[in-house]
Amino acid sequence: MATKTAGRGKFKPMSMSSKEYKTFAKQREPSRSVLANCVRAFVSGGLICVLGQAIQNGYMSWMKLSSTQAANPTVATLIFISVLLTCFGVYDKIAQWAGAGSAVPVTGFANSMCSAALEHRAEGLVLGVGGNMFKLAGSVIVYGTVAAFVIGLIHVIFGIRGH
Amino acid sequence: MLRGKQTWWFESRPVIIGTGTVVGPDEGAGPLAADFDLVHAELDMNQKSWEKAERLLLEQASDFAIKNAGIRKEQVQFYVGGDLLNQLISNSFTARDLGLPYIGVFGACSTSMLSLALAAQLVDSGAAEYAMAGTCSHNCTAEKQFRYPTEYGSQKPPTAQYTVTGAGAAVVAASGNGPVITCATIGKIVDLGISDPFNMGAAMAPAAVDTIQTHFSDTGRVPADYDMIVTGDLATVGHRIAVDLFARDGVPMQDTVFSDCGLMIYDIERQKVQAGGSGCACSAVVTYGHLMKRLRNGELKRILVVATGALLSPLSYQQGETIPCIAHAVAIERGDA
Repeated sequence: MATKTAGRGKFKPMSMSSKEYKTFAKQREPSRSVLANCVRAFVSGGLICVLGQAIQNGYMSWMKLSSTQAANPTVATLIFISVLLTCFGVYDKIAQWAGAGSAVPVTGFANSMCSAALEHRAEGLVLGVGGNMFKLAGSVIVYGTVAAFVIGLIHVIFGIRGH
Repeated sequence: MLRGKQTWWFESRPVIIGTGTVVGPDEGAGPLAADFDLVHAELDMNQKSWEKAERLLLEQASDFAIKNAGIRKEQVQFYVGGDLLNQLISNSFTARDLGLPYIGVFGACSTSMLSLALAAQLVDSGAAEYAMAGTCSHNCTAEKQFRYPTEYGSQKPPTAQYTVTGAGAAVVAASGNGPVITCATIGKIVDLGISDPFNMGAAMAPAAVDTIQTHFSDTGRVPADYDMIVTGDLATVGHRIAVDLFARDGVPMQDTVFSDCGLMIYDIERQKVQAGGSGCACSAVVTYGHLMKRLRNGELKRILVVATGALLSPLSYQQGETIPCIAHAVAIERGDA
């Protein structure tokens, strides 16, 4: 052990203002590359869309559906794949790499509902699965509906028509 | 006995006569795997819920601690414990099954050293001959309560930390063989305005620095008096900040080995744990498993464990509040030192 010396252990108490500390801490955090994340989101999101297009083309050629008719089964198939990957514990691993690329498409919406349902199964079918399934997806629906309402108003007032 | 402003000096030198540590698969794949009593291969441990799995970890860790202490369960007079789940359910249910007088404490991830300090105080003051301290955390229960469903695909930032799945317990006795607890510094809340729950290392670093500097002032000790000073779960970001804060205040931390349990438990390069480990079990299993082993075999003579806790709730951060943080330090020495 070190020998006793005068003023041992007498250090200045930690003091720093909140504003000063935020800057101090910020300088020591690893930076997040926005560009790399954008590229990853573009690639992964694009791949999901390519997969969707392939599925749609498949329905159109094998089941002789029109492109409009093939849209619903295509979305259902993507949702099914997403739910399957979520149940196997793979989707969250993909998402860590893909970021917005796997969150924005319909597969991300399916993952948010499926993961919440799985997570709260232990609390029962009503209070657990039923009550929590829309925990994350709920805000998408709420603000999706609000946005649709606003767009609807613009359409009625200004008579702008989509084709 | 109070020494300085906030340090308890344990004249009777309470002894840690036995510890128990149980961990999950990720910790079992880390560099300290050999130091734990039991490693589970699956996260769910064949339980019906994550919460039940977390409880199982604590039950097993307390069983190991009592067994390794070489005493009977009935001899333990008080059990002091806490965890991260609302209303401390893991500890309350474990205490129910233990059938022991129970003191539930909440210090978030600082609970390991908070409960150990309290157990030592109980023994030192003569309130108990044997007291047990314990804590646990589970990656999935923490994700579920504080963040998103475990299988939800959200991208975690590099400052995020990975909650350790595990439990640690220690039996403290008035006499016996094992490392002794010489003093403990109870921390005060430090909140320097960090509000991002994915950046807890940065939020907690000032609390750790504050407690360590207070510990030195209260005890007259310096970093060189310790073979090792470890913080609980500051991980890469928080540890870097703490090192620089000490340097700024002129505290010679280079005279000791200054590390962090959140950096020791995983292989940060190989395992996908972002900045490192966190959770109540992080400091508990590293201290009670790895560090105790090194104290017993003489590699270490005197260490200071500073468990750090972010005392936020999902409600408080959703309401935009900052994160109040705390750190508690316990000095542990080799019994024959």
